[in-house]
Amino acid sequence: MRTPSITNNDILPPVFPLPYTHNVSDRLARRRSRRLREVFIEVLLFVCAAFSVLVTTGIVYILISESYSFFKMVPVWDFLTDTQWTPLFDDAHYGIMVLLSGTLVSSAVALLVAIPIGTVVAVYLSEFAPFSVREVAKPLLELLSGVPTVVYGFFALLFVTPILQHFFPELPGFNMLSAGLVMGIMIIPYVSSVSEDAMRAVPMSMREGSYAMGATRFQTAVRVVAPAALSGITAAYILGISRAVGETMILAVAAGMQPNLTWNPAEPAATITSFIVQVALGDLPHGSIGYQTIFAAGLTLMILTLAFNVLGHWLRRRFRQAY
Amino acid sequence: MTQARVQEIRELIARHKRWDVIFVAVGILCLAIAILTFFALAIDMAITGASRLSLDFFTNFPSRRAGQAGILSAWVGTTLVMLVTAFAAVPVGVGAAVYLEEYARKNWITGLIEINITNLAGVPSIVYGLLALGLFVYAFGFGQSILSAGLTLALLILPIVIVATREAIRSVPSAVREAAYAVGATKWQTTYDHVLRYSMPGVLTGVIIGMARAIGETAPIITIGALTFIAFLPDSPFTGEFPYISFDWVFAPFTVMPIQMFNWTSRPDPAFHENAAAAGLMLLLMTLSMNALAIFLRYRLRKSIKW
Repeated sequence: MRTPSITNNDILPPVFPLPYTHNVSDRLARRRSRRLREVFIEVLLFVCAAFSVLVTTGIVYILISESYSFFKMVPVWDFLTDTQWTPLFDDAHYGIMVLLSGTLVSSAVALLVAIPIGTVVAVYLSEFAPFSVREVAKPLLELLSGVPTVVYGFFALLFVTPILQHFFPELPGFNMLSAGLVMGIMIIPYVSSVSEDAMRAVPMSMREGSYAMGATRFQTAVRVVAPAALSGITAAYILGISRAVGETMILAVAAGMQPNLTWNPAEPAATITSFIVQVALGDLPHGSIGYQTIFAAGLTLMILTLAFNVLGHWLRRRFRQAY
Repeated sequence: MTQARVQEIRELIARHKRWDVIFVAVGILCLAIAILTFFALAIDMAITGASRLSLDFFTNFPSRRAGQAGILSAWVGTTLVMLVTAFAAVPVGVGAAVYLEEYARKNWITGLIEINITNLAGVPSIVYGLLALGLFVYAFGFGQSILSAGLTLALLILPIVIVATREAIRSVPSAVREAAYAVGATKWQTTYDHVLRYSMPGVLTGVIIGMARAIGETAPIITIGALTFIAFLPDSPFTGEFPYISFDWVFAPFTVMPIQMFNWTSRPDPAFHENAAAAGLMLLLMTLSMNALAIFLRYRLRKSIKW
């Protein structure tokens, strides 16, 4: 065995001698340039972060400025009360109610599917399912939200509609019912994952307290955990509503694009979003009233989404619980 | 306590426990509805589209005849648009996340930026299309080009990238930063050489999920006025002469996979529906494999890192 010994190699000077160590002003200059670089990088990063505010400003500016030109030609009152939507005809009518009815009916169908199923799935996964089921089910549900919406549209038009027509032979080929049902399935993972997170955040001691009083799992889930997580569950529902209202391709493919003032989901109808798609598919000159119409429709959509979000914010505040 | 009373209590307990069983059954049923729908969708696509899947389908341009139509211009368009999206969204998104996590002071500007990012995530995708139509296409004069589409999708996935990156950065323990500061590293050296390196898998997961979302987005790209029938390819980014690389392609008109599929789906001829299903199947495979990769990465991450 060799005995360790100190050789000359061990006390050699460092391979890279530090530069400028002999001169104070050089060192200060180096420090200044380093400081300058740090500040420059911080500013650059701040610009990246502030960019998102710019995007919002851009959205608001574009929607409002184009809509402003639109409302100079079409009175707001007509826009809100007219019962016809024929912007591309000679006899043009701009009644947003027509598109709004399509959006609301299809969203209602979707939410009637997504909210009950999503909530039950969330309660099941959070309170009942064994660990292994949850580990498998959650990624599978996530895949559901990863499917492109145009694929859902194809599925609604060429798979769900024929099945529905089997039961209701008078159902037209384009209808809001099948589009809404498929949209509901698409929204389930959004509702379930956010509400599940909220329920899992409820402290274990609350469940234990409930069990100690002799409550069953179901009673605990429904009477203790769900009320405690109500603010998070509300957030999940609002997220679902925003998704449904803003969804475009499923409706453009499967619900037809004829404007139709109706509250019957079995009829075809255009929504705000599918109208925008329809106009964009055609060739409208920049600056024409038809071009501005889609910005007015977009503004309506934005206001609708915003209204639901404000409502959600308010509800969340009301139901917020501190443990 | 009398025998009868005990019996009564037992029945009460049994009745309440029955609700547990019923709920579990309902829960599994609901889960099954969701998951089986997904499989029905995937299998329907596969059965309808399988006959069209051949090499020709990938190397042919769209055509008036369903049997000869392919997705060449669509997949090339999707690839190029995604390239622009990644180049725009990743630096800005990661930069924003680094600023918010490492640099930002707690003041109203930071609060504004944070609220703003949350709200942007909730903006319907078609509204981004309207923004891009007004801004990129007309105000900036990019036209209905790959550049406009790529930037639109970049804006769309920016909140996803930012949120994922922030989460990844937050999970790096402060001991790592303190060690770096202790040996004299500056803030940026600490962030770039240590914090960002450690959060790389998390960032990657966010970027992949964002890109998977972007690949499937149709509405904003239709809104900026992408064409649905393109029978040529944009200029190649590589040229024979100096400087060997050209950016002409970013201003080329284009189509992407989801738009091609939408176009075929909305035709009445069922032969085109087969094409749509085949294109949809490819689209599904792309987004799902990206999502699966992200889920796998996240799973690996949770298992392997023990601070």
